[in-house]
Amino acid sequence: MRIVVWLTEGTWPACVRAARELPGAEATLLHVIDPDTAEAVTGAQAGLLGRGAAQLDSTVDSVLTGAQDDLLREAAAALGRPARLEGRRGRVEREVVAACAGTDLLVLARDGDHSRLGPRSLGHATRFVVDHAPCRVLLVWPDDPPALSTLPSAP
Amino acid sequence: MAHTVVPVLVLVAVLAFAVARPRGLPEVAAAVPGAALLLAAGLVSWHAAARELSALGPTVGFLAAVLVLAHLADDAGVFAYAGALAGRISRGSPRRLLGVVFVIASVVTATLSLDATVVLLTPVVLAAAVRAGIRARPHLYATGHLANSASLPLPVSNLTNLLAFPATGLTFAGFAGLMTLPWLAAAGTEYLLFRWFFRADLAAPARQSPTPPAVAVPRYALTVLALTLLGFGLAGPLGADPAWVAVGGALALAAVRLVRHPVTEGVRLLRAANLPFCGFVFALGIVVLAVRSGGLGGLVAALVPDRPSPAGLLAAAVLGAVLANLLNNLPATLMLVPLVAHSPGLVLAVLLGVNIGPNLTYVGSLANLLWRQILHARDHPPLAWDFLRLGALTVAGCLLAGVAALWLGLTLSGVS
Repeated sequence: MRIVVWLTEGTWPACVRAARELPGAEATLLHVIDPDTAEAVTGAQAGLLGRGAAQLDSTVDSVLTGAQDDLLREAAAALGRPARLEGRRGRVEREVVAACAGTDLLVLARDGDHSRLGPRSLGHATRFVVDHAPCRVLLVWPDDPPALSTLPSAP
Repeated sequence: MAHTVVPVLVLVAVLAFAVARPRGLPEVAAAVPGAALLLAAGLVSWHAAARELSALGPTVGFLAAVLVLAHLADDAGVFAYAGALAGRISRGSPRRLLGVVFVIASVVTATLSLDATVVLLTPVVLAAAVRAGIRARPHLYATGHLANSASLPLPVSNLTNLLAFPATGLTFAGFAGLMTLPWLAAAGTEYLLFRWFFRADLAAPARQSPTPPAVAVPRYALTVLALTLLGFGLAGPLGADPAWVAVGGALALAAVRLVRHPVTEGVRLLRAANLPFCGFVFALGIVVLAVRSGGLGGLVAALVPDRPSPAGLLAAAVLGAVLANLLNNLPATLMLVPLVAHSPGLVLAVLLGVNIGPNLTYVGSLANLLWRQILHARDHPPLAWDFLRLGALTVAGCLLAGVAALWLGLTLSGVS
């Protein structure tokens, strides 16, 4: 079985734990850099006209790429078996769906918001990926799943 | 007719050049010829131009001194310290980091100007988020937004404030007194909207991250900055121009190195003062003067409210925000402030508009936004609607909250 494990900051350890429980699977660890993160920095600079320093672009890029490498390496170590590491850059939800081509299972984490259990409990990117993934999906909580008592009473 | 059309065309050309920066040339390269053309064509009188330049002189000097001050504070480790502090207090939690970033970015913008937040604080916030293993998106959007919406409380917080400050007729402390409440209202509104907008990113549980390396407290630099701030407030009553206080603060920070390496250090300080940009402000002043004296000035003047009633304040703020997005907030300020100079309340309302407004497009103006879309079309997916949705949401919220707070302050203090 081929699986893709989508890693995002803050919630990836839960995905790696879930992947460890699928010992036979051939795993790809995936992380996507959102270009809007860099745009938030360089766009704000553009607003300063000539007072913005131009060289920040490359600094931001190298920081984000370095962080991606570190995260993938750390996750590979936590997985404890050989895995393919895939770092992408682009519109996050679309890159994840594209990376799932030809795989059997996608492992991803919820964002962790326990305050809105229900149809809107997933963040925008997670929701999109769950809806459009071309394979089976294993959706895990980054922390403990909610207790049964959080179930709203039947209408 | 030429009186109306030619200055507008020159202004558009100057701003288009500033946005596109062909061959990386500074914006002054188009602004000075533009101003010269208008003078030569007799669309601005030499006398009026000279008066405009002498009025802008102290403001531009103040700007240069504040730019140098922020640069020296960075050299002294103030921003690295802020980043380390943010990392330590957040303890791996995205929500706590957002709270700390809001406080630090609001204070840095207020005291060292929005330039310091964008150029010097943002990279530090990015590093802090990355080190703690936190999604950096909300925190970087936050510094970008606060650089605008938190640039209200002091004349030094934004170049627009410096340009409008003489027209208010207020003292430095008087300006701060009236604008502190709108500052808190705008930053508070921004915070609540960010918590809601980025709830998914911020919901990630806190992770145990390695303790950030200890950074020494830059005591000397922080003391100098605190005294400089105090000096801004005291300068007016003592009859001194607050710009000299900024120069004094910069000299106090630069003194040791300036004595050791007078030439290299002097050159570095001059570079930090960004003289080409200062030249741009002078030239832009003349171009906008020509636009204002032409037909367009009359049109805008007809839109300007004449009384600082709640509706008048809101109208002035909205007009400021719209013009800031159409042009850029510097020409918008130069255009609007003389038209509302009869009422300090309206000048401050215009400042709310031109300072908060640029968050709508987040790059300062529509032209800039279009240009970046063209530039990025090849190597970058089209910009997510996120930026624009967040911009529309926060600009509307912050303007309403800011205007309400300003009206309250004006009513309580009896200023109109």
